[in-house]
Amino acid sequence: MQLTNRAQQVVQKEMTLAERLYLPAIFAGLSITIKHLFKKKATLKYPEVKREFAPVYRGQHVLKRDAEGRENCTACGLCAVSCPAEAITMDAAERKAGEEHLYREEKYAAKYEINMLRCIYCGLCEEACPKDAIYLTDRIVASEFTRGKFVYGKDVLVEKMDDRIDVSQRKKHYSIVNN
Amino acid sequence: MTLILFKTLLILIIFLISLGIAAYSTYGERKIAAFLQDRIGPDRAGPFGILQPIADGVKMFLKEEIIPNVSNKWLFILGPCIFMVTALMTSAVIPWGLPLEISGVKYNLQVADINIGILYVLGVVSLGVYGIMIGGWASNNKFALLGAIRASSQMISYELAMGMSVIAILLMNDGSLSLNSMVENQGTGKLYGFINISGMNWNVFYQPVAFLIFLICAFAECNRTPFDLAESESELIGGFHTEYSSMKLGLYLFAEYINMFISAAVISCLFFGGYNFPGISYLQEILPANIVSLISVAVLFGKIIFFIFFFMWIRWTIPRFRYDQLMRLGWQWLMPLSIINMLISGAVLIWIRN
Amino acid sequence: MGSEIIFYILSALSIFSALVVVFSKNPIYSVLSLIVCFFSIAGHYVMLNAQFLAIVHIIVYAGAIMVLLLFTVMLLNLNKESEPHKSNLIKVAAIVTGGLLMLTLLASLRTSQLPVYVSPTDLGLGTVQTVGKSLFTDYLLPFEISSILFISAMIGAVVLAKKER
Repeated sequence: MQLTNRAQQVVQKEMTLAERLYLPAIFAGLSITIKHLFKKKATLKYPEVKREFAPVYRGQHVLKRDAEGRENCTACGLCAVSCPAEAITMDAAERKAGEEHLYREEKYAAKYEINMLRCIYCGLCEEACPKDAIYLTDRIVASEFTRGKFVYGKDVLVEKMDDRIDVSQRKKHYSIVNN
Repeated sequence: MTLILFKTLLILIIFLISLGIAAYSTYGERKIAAFLQDRIGPDRAGPFGILQPIADGVKMFLKEEIIPNVSNKWLFILGPCIFMVTALMTSAVIPWGLPLEISGVKYNLQVADINIGILYVLGVVSLGVYGIMIGGWASNNKFALLGAIRASSQMISYELAMGMSVIAILLMNDGSLSLNSMVENQGTGKLYGFINISGMNWNVFYQPVAFLIFLICAFAECNRTPFDLAESESELIGGFHTEYSSMKLGLYLFAEYINMFISAAVISCLFFGGYNFPGISYLQEILPANIVSLISVAVLFGKIIFFIFFFMWIRWTIPRFRYDQLMRLGWQWLMPLSIINMLISGAVLIWIRN
Repeated sequence: MGSEIIFYILSALSIFSALVVVFSKNPIYSVLSLIVCFFSIAGHYVMLNAQFLAIVHIIVYAGAIMVLLLFTVMLLNLNKESEPHKSNLIKVAAIVTGGLLMLTLLASLRTSQLPVYVSPTDLGLGTVQTVGKSLFTDYLLPFEISSILFISAMIGAVVLAKKER
């Protein structure tokens, strides 16, 4: 059965004198390597120059707040259920009176933890989220010295009001994909 | 007395220069390797990573020194010492430039102009193998022993072809073995007897085959790729320096770069006119002698640096030979080729001179 | 005066290293001190203004032959346990031959007298040119005969190596 027409018959012919001398081949190799000396280098000098990420790069998670600064998350647990690595755990709590400016719905996540060592950055949590609460971002999870520090709590995950994270690009992408 | 002072100073300077060049060869090796592979290479220590060798040296010195329990301690320490000493000794007979004139006295820029110059180089190089063998054996490690045996058999095999290829040069040099007279002869006379460029009468134009053989043998003697079987990581872990750590390993690696520097210098002196360069006699007419002398030193170092670059260029181009290929190349190709080259050049020389 | 001091140092070194070769228990140390011995003898050659001889001595003996010897000793890993037991006959034979050798040496020492060291007058005596000239004129026949000997040894080695197949 012929799949492509690129198949080549292997012939084991006697080597010519030039081939046996090996020197022409060496010179050909040398000219190839010297050409690479002048080529553009592929290395990026990392801390100064950063590689551009795709708009839907899946990095560290963020728990979004709405425009008034209230947490979107309602602790429904869909993200934890959808997570194939079982990296997400949460405790739900009821919103008390006077906490309306903190949480958007009557129920909120008192504890929300993602184990970054378990996470495989598949993005199923953001797909599952009905409340527009969790998103993956283009930030890279920082390295730590102990494993325990990789369990990120709400203090790391919830976005700060003075340092909002823009996910509009990502939302646009998902709206294109979903429609 | 001033002669002794001058020679001492010269020895000191050459010693420092060979160490400096060896140190910066490690940097150059990493940079060239990176450039040939479309990378940047070390560039964090200082501008363009120029301080990298110092950082490497400090690292080497501060690392933990481990001497294996089952090793022969005395020989284990002796090995790298011998390797380093033999690497540094070779530079004694190389003429580094035209004579300098200080207060009316001419000083040769050569530590010792002995009349067996090139034989001295071959002799000292042949001793370098002891450093590898003793170190490899004293480690009491099978990989180290295998590496040492490979290194020594390789060096013995390629020394023969190397010596034979040099004989062709000796024949052209009226049988004198002094490197100084060899370099001087390449600076006088016309190329092929009619092309009149001063300082261009280089041996490589007469003896390309001998040059090729000598170059290949120099690669083998320096344990450089494609002949680095003695320290092939994929087969022997590290070869003879598997058990070495800290500065003893550093000495081995360092001495290899010094060997490379010296063999580049010997190649330049034997085949590429040493410190001679085209237009040397014209410069001698218009410039003071001492300045021309310094220019000649710079030219020699330019040639040496080119050959060090060539060594690295080859390293990142050609893969390692198999052991039987190495031996076949040495004994079945280079050895007969160098003997034939010697016979032909002898016959031609007799024919020309009669 | 200076050369005399160097001579005595070199002589002491060569005799000492030669003794170590014989008396050392470890074969590796024997080989290494033999190399030292060769070096000090090469030093003697240099003192006699025979630089060519000295460097050839180093290249051939220290650089090639001793490497091969070291090679074998390292691979064999000689030690006391693996040494085969020698029969008494061999021991007696060894004593007799050793005694005969000593007798010969003593006899030759009795008739000879110590030469006076004269520093060489002809400085060009030991150079490549003079050695080559005398090899190819006065001593041509012994030179060629010894080269034939070497060639026959090489051919013999090749034949022995080929026989196995």
